[in-house]
Amino acid sequence: MLDYLISGISLGSVYAIIALGYTMVYGIAKMLNFAHGDIIMIGGYAAFCTGYYLHWPVWLAVLFAVVVCTVLGVVIEKLAYKPLRNATSLAVLITAIGVSYFLQNVALLIWTSNPKAFPNMLSFIPYVNIGRIQITGTALGTVVTCIVVMVALTLFTDKTKMGKAMRTVSEDKGAASLMGINVNGTISLTFAIGSGLAAIAGVLLCSAYPTLMPTTGAMPGIKAFTAAVFGGIGSIPGAMIGGILLGVIEIFAKAYISTQLSDAIVFAVLIIVLIVKPTGLLGKKITEKV
Amino acid sequence: MMKKVLSVLVAGVMALSIVACGATNDASANTGADANNNTTADGSLTGTLKLGMIGPLTGGAALYGNAVDHGVQIAVEEINALGTGFQIDYQAEDDEHDAEKSVNAYNQLKDWGAQVIAGTVTTTPCIAVSAEAYSDRMFMLTPSASSTDVTANKDNMFQLCFSDPNQGSASAKYIAENNLATDVAIIYNNSDAYSSGIYQTFVDAAAEVGLNIVSTTTFTDDTQNDFSVQLADIQQSGAELVFLPIYYQAASLIFQQADQIGLDVKWFGVDGMDGILSLEGFDTSLAEGVMLLTPFAADATDDLTVNFVTKFEEKFGETPIQFAADGYDCPYAIYRALEYYAANNGGLDVTDMSNEELCEILISVFTDPGFSCDGVTGLAMSWNAAGEVNKAPKAVVIENGVYVGL
Amino acid sequence: MKKLSKDTLMSFVNYGIVILFYIVFQILASTGNLSSTMKGQLIPIVSYVIMALSLNLVVGISGELSLGHAGFMSVGAFTGAVVSTALTDGIPNTVVRLLISIVIAAVMAGIAGILIGIPVLRLRGDYLAIVTLAFGEIIKNVLNCLYVGVDRRGIHFSMNSTGALDLQEGGKVVINGPMGASIMKISSFTCGIVLLLLVLFVIQNLIKSRHGRAIMAIRDNRIAAEACGLNVTKYKLIAFVISAAMAGAAGCLYALNFATVAPKKFDFNTSILVLVFVVLGGIGNMTGSIIAAALLTVLPELLRQFQDYRMLIYAIVLVLVMIATNNEKIRGLIKSIGKKNKQESSGKEAA
Repeated sequence: MLDYLISGISLGSVYAIIALGYTMVYGIAKMLNFAHGDIIMIGGYAAFCTGYYLHWPVWLAVLFAVVVCTVLGVVIEKLAYKPLRNATSLAVLITAIGVSYFLQNVALLIWTSNPKAFPNMLSFIPYVNIGRIQITGTALGTVVTCIVVMVALTLFTDKTKMGKAMRTVSEDKGAASLMGINVNGTISLTFAIGSGLAAIAGVLLCSAYPTLMPTTGAMPGIKAFTAAVFGGIGSIPGAMIGGILLGVIEIFAKAYISTQLSDAIVFAVLIIVLIVKPTGLLGKKITEKV
Repeated sequence: MMKKVLSVLVAGVMALSIVACGATNDASANTGADANNNTTADGSLTGTLKLGMIGPLTGGAALYGNAVDHGVQIAVEEINALGTGFQIDYQAEDDEHDAEKSVNAYNQLKDWGAQVIAGTVTTTPCIAVSAEAYSDRMFMLTPSASSTDVTANKDNMFQLCFSDPNQGSASAKYIAENNLATDVAIIYNNSDAYSSGIYQTFVDAAAEVGLNIVSTTTFTDDTQNDFSVQLADIQQSGAELVFLPIYYQAASLIFQQADQIGLDVKWFGVDGMDGILSLEGFDTSLAEGVMLLTPFAADATDDLTVNFVTKFEEKFGETPIQFAADGYDCPYAIYRALEYYAANNGGLDVTDMSNEELCEILISVFTDPGFSCDGVTGLAMSWNAAGEVNKAPKAVVIENGVYVGL
Repeated sequence: MKKLSKDTLMSFVNYGIVILFYIVFQILASTGNLSSTMKGQLIPIVSYVIMALSLNLVVGISGELSLGHAGFMSVGAFTGAVVSTALTDGIPNTVVRLLISIVIAAVMAGIAGILIGIPVLRLRGDYLAIVTLAFGEIIKNVLNCLYVGVDRRGIHFSMNSTGALDLQEGGKVVINGPMGASIMKISSFTCGIVLLLLVLFVIQNLIKSRHGRAIMAIRDNRIAAEACGLNVTKYKLIAFVISAAMAGAAGCLYALNFATVAPKKFDFNTSILVLVFVVLGGIGNMTGSIIAAALLTVLPELLRQFQDYRMLIYAIVLVLVMIATNNEKIRGLIKSIGKKNKQESSGKEAA
């Protein structure tokens, strides 16, 4: 029971850290960035190439991945999303899907379709034994990173000037620009942070489940998106809680109901939660103006 | 506005498709050619054969399609370099592991003038394409689609790989005969045709040979990351051996997680497991002691395998997996079959022969008890009328990071 | 009055496009000028056009984002597979069998639409989108575990394996879990076109009807519509269920064109693909949906000459087209060029 809970939390914290990136971009730019999962994959490859081929130390490989993904995120935003700033959200959604196909196929051309076994970059963290329960270093590292990132993001958006600018842009772009906030710059910054987070998520995802392929980011991306909605999209603590709950439900469904139908069960729980709380667990209640 | 842009596009596409239509007449024009015109005096095989390949070159299953494609490429180069007057003109088309795209790819190859198809790589698309090929009388030899549905009721369809029942029951029998275990656990992928196909036949055969299945758990393509529940179930069930009818990526995750919880059992895989040792970055000590039934092992020391593996590594910079080996054997099987026919029927010139004629010729040779050929996935391979291959699976075990024959 | 006549004109244009498409390809096929590639794609194109139209009813007319439309397609596809196999001996005429299969497939998908629509349609925006996505995944997951067989005693179901079906001798496994359904190919292009015309007829008349105006009123301003006494859930459900039934019919047509169809086919990516057709063709614009669905189905095949770069180019084309059609500056630019070339482009349209 406790074993399952722990593996659920470690799976969930991987979803959570991806969901943080989704929710961040959605909260500020009001767009579903379906290419987020693929930026994660690129981050994974960047860390793999430097860490495994070039034998860079872990911190440097991770840093390199963060830089690559941040630059990539900003470039994608400038080229693909910025021209659509005033278009319908659906047009942006489809563009994001186009970007996602693009990244997957670029990865396929560069790194071929052969999977890579990702070296565990968290192996320096020791096992922890609590009674008879054993927690792996990877799981521990993932959970701790996730919490640190969540707290840092919350502090950033609540306390710093740039964070406040982001929240203003998220409330009302027009008013924000009247207040002298650089709306385009703020949105670019959001993408930079979201993509940097994706690199960290990529390293954590691949350390925990070490198969790296061009399609690695796709399914965790969708699951994390689900998690973000589950917790109330746009809410930073919501993404964290949503991700962890999703992981725990997935493992429990496998353990106690059926390994065959675990996906169906996870999504059924999601639907029930949304029917009871239509904006997710921590989502803002939308008051409609007439 | 939108409409105008689109209408211009429509006009463009229409023009393109009409151009495409114009190029298609060659293939059908030769349908009526007389087979007798295609014989050469000395019983030799000459001419150029248009060989098409269909497989997933992009998307989630791209790994298998590309492996087969690379294998076929090497074989085609070798055959063309023999200087016998027989050449293969080769073209591969992508199907993204999708039945609809696969039929499109098949039609593209037909328009190109393909006479024989080596494909398709994956099972579901292969069933769809083989139905088309059956009504077109196009000979197909699949390197790796292992379900019996692929060949059922289609006399033009042959498999180079073992069929699912063959693998499933062979594994069960091997485990029972060698007293490897009596309590067996299984983890399989219930969203994958290959995996669940072998699973079903294994279960049937296990009951016959007296194996006790104590734990059956599954995963899907969407959940193949965390195996803690499946492994805990095995631990509780007290199984001595775990049967893994799955591909090696998922297997590598299972080995790693089993190691973390200290699960100590025997592992038994099938041909999809091959490739685990060449998985880049994988700690091969985790796969120590894993047994598998596979027709191909990249570190075998026979001349055929050594030649193939060396060339493959030279050209593509990686160790071939079993799919590549299957792909490599396909053109050779077709080449040997045509050669066999030419030798017994006063020669054969395949240039511009229709696919119908070649289909009948190849069916007659493949089902001829006198015909067999050697390949890297088996010596003296022969086929029955149902299209299934007859070759001996090799049981190997991984010791110190290499395969050792059992 | 003028507005109305323009709408009527547009709906005739839609029928015209479909009929023209049919005639052109029939002539090409009968004169032997049609490549195998195009011939093989005709029925998938028709199926995707129907899918795009039906999704446009939800996204464009009813104003709800659905990311799980492929789920209804798959309900229709597998229902069609089972029905057509079960009727093989009873009804030897393939056209009749196809029509019965399509009708039952549409009904089953419609029922699925009701079951999903009632709880779901009270949600809004992205939350509704994610729930439809979730239903699509649930349908896929359940179908992966579903085994159906047909023998003389009738139809048998199991969630375990084919062995559990306990079929009599001569029985046939129709749906075999992840291996999908084994199918007799009975779809025909002509039947597909008839179905497509019927779907167009239903959608275009629905839009013009009292119900259609109510649905669009709810889309434009839900609160105002509610205040006028419209039953929001009822009208949304009408659009959703009709759309689901059409998707089911398209799924049946699609499935019966192939010897096999697997649950994996109808995943999130297929739902997205159909959504791309709708958005690219113009939300709410039926003509656009027809053309975009047909073009984007053919496009990857036309790109085959680029080999390894094929899907990369497809992705780039997709992004560029989205930017070109949705960016204000570029739109303005095209508009000004369009005005100059009005004569020319209307000439091309007629061709």
